[in-house]
Amino acid sequence: MIHLDHISRIFTVGTQEVRALDDISLDIGAGEYVSIMGPSGSGKSTLLNLLGLLDRPTHGIYKLQNEPVSSLDEEQQARIRREQIGFVFQFFHLIPRLTAFENVELPLSLNGVIKEERAQRVRSILDSLGILDRASHRPDQLSGGQRQRVAIARALVVQPAMLLADEPTGNLDRRSGREVIDILEDQNRKGLALIVVTHDPDLGKRARRRIRLEDGQIVQDIRNDQTLPLEQ
Amino acid sequence: MSIFDIVQYTIHTLARRKIRSILTLVAMAIGTLAVILLTSLGEGARIYVNQEFQSLGSNLVIVMPGRSETTGAAPPLLGETPRDLTLRDALSLKKHRSVKSVAPVCFGAAPISFNNLEREVSILGTTAEMYDIRQLALAKGQFLPSVDPELSQAVCVLGSGIAKELFVGKPALGSWIRIRDQRFRVLGILDSKGRSLGLDLHETVLIPVASSLSLFNTESLFRILVQARSESECENVKAFIKRQIKIRHEGEEDITVITQDGVLAAFNKIIRALTLGVGFIATISLAVAGLLIMNVLLISVSERKTEIGLLKAIGAPERQIISLFIVEGVTLSLLGCGVGIVSGCSLVAILGAIFPQFPFKIVFWAIIGALLLSFFSGYLFSYLPAKKASKLDTIIALSKR
Ligand SMILES: Nc1ncnc2c1ncn2[C@@H]1O[C@H](COP(=O)(O)OP(=O)(O)OP(=O)(O)O)[C@@H](O)[C@H]1O
Ligand SMILES: [Mg+2]
Repeated sequence: MIHLDHISRIFTVGTQEVRALDDISLDIGAGEYVSIMGPSGSGKSTLLNLLGLLDRPTHGIYKLQNEPVSSLDEEQQARIRREQIGFVFQFFHLIPRLTAFENVELPLSLNGVIKEERAQRVRSILDSLGILDRASHRPDQLSGGQRQRVAIARALVVQPAMLLADEPTGNLDRRSGREVIDILEDQNRKGLALIVVTHDPDLGKRARRRIRLEDGQIVQDIRNDQTLPLEQ
Repeated sequence: MSIFDIVQYTIHTLARRKIRSILTLVAMAIGTLAVILLTSLGEGARIYVNQEFQSLGSNLVIVMPGRSETTGAAPPLLGETPRDLTLRDALSLKKHRSVKSVAPVCFGAAPISFNNLEREVSILGTTAEMYDIRQLALAKGQFLPSVDPELSQAVCVLGSGIAKELFVGKPALGSWIRIRDQRFRVLGILDSKGRSLGLDLHETVLIPVASSLSLFNTESLFRILVQARSESECENVKAFIKRQIKIRHEGEEDITVITQDGVLAAFNKIIRALTLGVGFIATISLAVAGLLIMNVLLISVSERKTEIGLLKAIGAPERQIISLFIVEGVTLSLLGCGVGIVSGCSLVAILGAIFPQFPFKIVFWAIIGALLLSFFSGYLFSYLPAKKASKLDTIIALSKR
């Protein structure tokens, strides 16, 4: 599904060049569960942003579903983002003045889904994530874990092909973090490709495929087909 | 995103910043109010002048001695003075079939007295036809009799103010008053509501034109008022008068003929231009309100960076972000304009109730103009903030919390 061919991302700060990603080639199949780990500044977020079409590579080719996407124009990339890609952020990024329901509804509005269908889809996703009773609450009336679940609902409601999560548990306590991971892995089992950036080794180990970045290069890419049971 | 969704989203946004939204709205409202108020004042003034002209009498052609039109020709030769406009000139104008009636006017001032009361008043010499031409009304008695205009008669009609002062309650009809050293019998008293542009007939004594000419010892008329049979015949009558008087004055065109319509048209043109000018100045305030909207939106953009980044991340293209902010600006400006229209119209209605004699009139095109202008002002001034928002770096916007 994802095919990266000699991808580099170079930032120029003043006269200095920072190679955030340095000649990376990578294939990720549909429905895979990948964790990306590595020291701070190794390029994890840069890679994720690139996969999510929020950023363009300086060199190299990115193909999504066999289609080169880096050269698409802004409008076409936005379309792919709203139809195929879900994002989950460390800081949730819910819109504060909108209720949980309205936050989750937003991607559907952007996709031009009609109102009745939107309501029904939002309700069912909130229900499956166990936060339907919080539908009319605003983000500041929700706990961190609930907020992240709303954010996940927002990412899932369009039924994307892949979900990109940058430290989804970074701002949560252990218990809420586990619940969030539980939800994400559950979606992965239903066929969603899940790519998680994390600093947490326990969390990283859970993925069937673990990629380690250092200085913008892939230094380790191991597969582990057995899925660990959730520790209590 | 459908336009309905965008508007709903915008309303959410505006509702969260009530005070700021309301302040911007008020600025736009004041601009609109100014446009509506000033144009309705201008239009009111135009209607007022029109009404005054109507009270002068309809289909009126006014003849004055002397040429006041500038022709660009060399100045007249020395010693050439305009010929008098005589009573015979006036009577000769009756011949045309488009002329309904002719009222010669001789005007001057003279002392009048009754018993021991004496005062200086305006004397207007004219004929019975004046009554219809000027649409006068009598409080008592009758108007000057329709007799041969060249016949002097010792009768008069008093303006209501003079009648009150001279006769203080005593019956005036049939009494003899003295104008200079001649005696005149009072035939009637004008109604006090008779009000006309230019002349205040309250303080005037009307006498037959022949009597006035001999009283002031002159041949010369002040004006001739000619009434055409219809509005369309006014120009005909005007041409006829010029021709006629030219013949009578040995080929000299030494009179000025104005039609009421001509003067009115000129007046309307001037006042319309003024109204337009004032309205235009008021629209500047709409542009200022537009600037305010831009300012508010710029603040809004920098406050909502994360939100914009998020919208882009979940797949809103740049043009969507642009339309979100433009709709926000336009909503603000149109709401403000709406408030301005409602309050402007109410204010005009209130002013109309306080000053009933002045015909305030709301100008329809001013409302349409204000709406269009506030729309474009809102649109143009939101474009820059909208563009700025759409170009925001998504990653940077989302990397901060
Ligand atoms: N917009 C930018 N301009 C300049 N340099 C950048 C920019 N974004 C990232 N970098 C640099 O690229 C490198 C990789 O950054 P990135 O954010 O991907 O790291 P990371 O692995 O996500 O780190 P962390 O674990 O701290 O989140 C860093 O050296 C960073 O300074
Ligand atoms: Mg990072």
